[in-house]
Amino acid sequence: MTPQEVRAPTTTVTYREAIRAALRDALRRDERVFLMGEDVGRYGGCFAVSKGLLAEFGPERVRDTPLSESAFVGAGIGAALGGTRPIVEIMTVNFSLLALDQIVNNAATILHMSGGQFNIPLVIRMTTGAGRQLAAQHSHSLEGWYAHIPGIKVLTPATLEDARGMLWTAIEDPDPVLIFEHGSLYNIEGELAAEAGAVDISKAAVRRAGTDVSLITYGGTLGKTLQAAEVLASESISAEVVDLRTLRPLDAATLCDSVTRTHRAVVIDEGWRSGSISAEIAARIMETTFYNLDAPPARVCSAEVPMPYAKHLEEAALPQVAGIAAAARHLVTGHE
Amino acid sequence: MLSALDREHAMRLLGEMLRIRRFEEKCAELYSAGKIRGFLHLYIGQEAVAVGAMQPLLAEDAIVATYREHGHALARGVAATSIMAEMYGKVEGCSRGRGGSMHLFDAATRFYGGNAIVGGGLPLAVGLALADKLQHRNRVTACFFGEGAVAEGEFHESMNLAALWELPVLFCCENNLYAMGTAIERSESETDLCLKAASFKVPAWPVDGMDVRAVEAAARHAATAVRNGGGPHFLEFRTYRFRAHSMFDPELYRDKQEIEQWKHRDPIPALAAQLKQEGALTDDDLTALETGITTEIEEAVAFAEAGTWEPVSDLTTFVYSEGGGAS
Repeated sequence: MTPQEVRAPTTTVTYREAIRAALRDALRRDERVFLMGEDVGRYGGCFAVSKGLLAEFGPERVRDTPLSESAFVGAGIGAALGGTRPIVEIMTVNFSLLALDQIVNNAATILHMSGGQFNIPLVIRMTTGAGRQLAAQHSHSLEGWYAHIPGIKVLTPATLEDARGMLWTAIEDPDPVLIFEHGSLYNIEGELAAEAGAVDISKAAVRRAGTDVSLITYGGTLGKTLQAAEVLASESISAEVVDLRTLRPLDAATLCDSVTRTHRAVVIDEGWRSGSISAEIAARIMETTFYNLDAPPARVCSAEVPMPYAKHLEEAALPQVAGIAAAARHLVTGHE
Repeated sequence: MLSALDREHAMRLLGEMLRIRRFEEKCAELYSAGKIRGFLHLYIGQEAVAVGAMQPLLAEDAIVATYREHGHALARGVAATSIMAEMYGKVEGCSRGRGGSMHLFDAATRFYGGNAIVGGGLPLAVGLALADKLQHRNRVTACFFGEGAVAEGEFHESMNLAALWELPVLFCCENNLYAMGTAIERSESETDLCLKAASFKVPAWPVDGMDVRAVEAAARHAATAVRNGGGPHFLEFRTYRFRAHSMFDPELYRDKQEIEQWKHRDPIPALAAQLKQEGALTDDDLTALETGITTEIEEAVAFAEAGTWEPVSDLTTFVYSEGGGAS
């Protein structure tokens, strides 16, 4: 090994720890930053993300709130208008619906309605997704809904680097940014550069290069999609995996470039198929690179049911490795 | 006999109320002429509340208002020219024509809108006050809303948060008895609004909203308490809207007699009569006041007429701060 090949030092961290490090970093670097939400303080965070931060930063900056999603999200908007940099945590995307008025009618509109006078530098974090047998009021993937709304940005970190880096980029953004953390990711563990920091949020990332088919996904289904690509590789099908990373603004160029090269696309999304972000992606592909396609774009989405509790039913409702591989195989070979 | 200072102040209160009244009468006329479109919610009858409550507020304080906010914007010092241009949808408007009548914004006077979701402004006011508290600034956020907002969950959540965190919010509830067409008795099991506020341990009291001096006195008392670290305060201003809810309202829900009765308590002639009695106002003074206001409104209309339309090529600016239309 030559000195040039010495790797940057890394540490072994979980996704949860990466977000906690990003929160700590933000609270240390900028006095205007504060965290608020249900049980972020004494409890340590519903998913233990903010554990230890109360002791380090005190109750003013790690602020427990009552169960008043609309008021504390709205207060985050107001506090951002007032010159602070709030990070608001909502336990799950399902609960964020109680704050939908504030997010859609205020956070997303005030810059525009005020003719550019008032921007809202607000970050809202929440858990999304299924896979933990939490049934139909704690398991849905509604980030695609939020991606419908102009005026907000929608981030879906799927890797340790993005868990660590997207938060800081979001805090520096002058406009409201929503970060969706898939609940199944908190315990994933891996090596993260000790110096890991802010990341670009404007680009999708090719997580695995391939030539026969593009598998396009984000967030909680990236892992399953990479596993499917591995299965396909064993059958001599070369799958490229594109991680969208940001659902709004959507980096259509990167995903369409990939499809233009592979001529085939499968979109994998834990949201429902109808009226979804997967529909949007399929439409962008059709609009942009239709004549380069060798087959119609395919989609692997959740079954159109409220998420059931029973494990076997939940598994059946969600995109799985076998189904992703089958959809890709069908596009490439004509057989499932 | 009023002192010169008191007379000057009283004349200002009268002038401000009259100015709002005449401005909105002109708006109604321009609406009929098709110059102003969309929704237009007139404040006529309630002027004493905005004018009186604005008096103790300082330049560094913040205002959050509702879709019936022309009076608040004018009383706060947003220029009549830029408000009228906004009504016209011109780029010279205070929101560059992006907001219209319901969404007047003005950074210079810390006027945070014009919120057209009933109750939607209350959490914003809580947040503005939280920012002041976190940054150790001694400022007041005044939040105006109607009694209709009291039925919204956001009212209860916001009152609780403000009280729990002892935030400097002055909640100004304008009880004009009707949430659009629904009388308060038909929508609230408990119609004593101060009782609701008190249940959050927020000091609260009712005020005659048709008496601008009473409004000012109450607002000054409450704002001083808020500014001195007394936590949020709630004022219920009992008032009445003389005009329809909006320009599309045939007013089937209240009878003419009730409106006429309230008009006897019109805050503008009421103050004028008081001042005359106090020997502080002559008919000539009133004429001079009217003349000045007529000129200001004519200038506002001329400004709006001469205003320009924002180029359509700018359509997607201000969706994000960098101005880029994200794909």
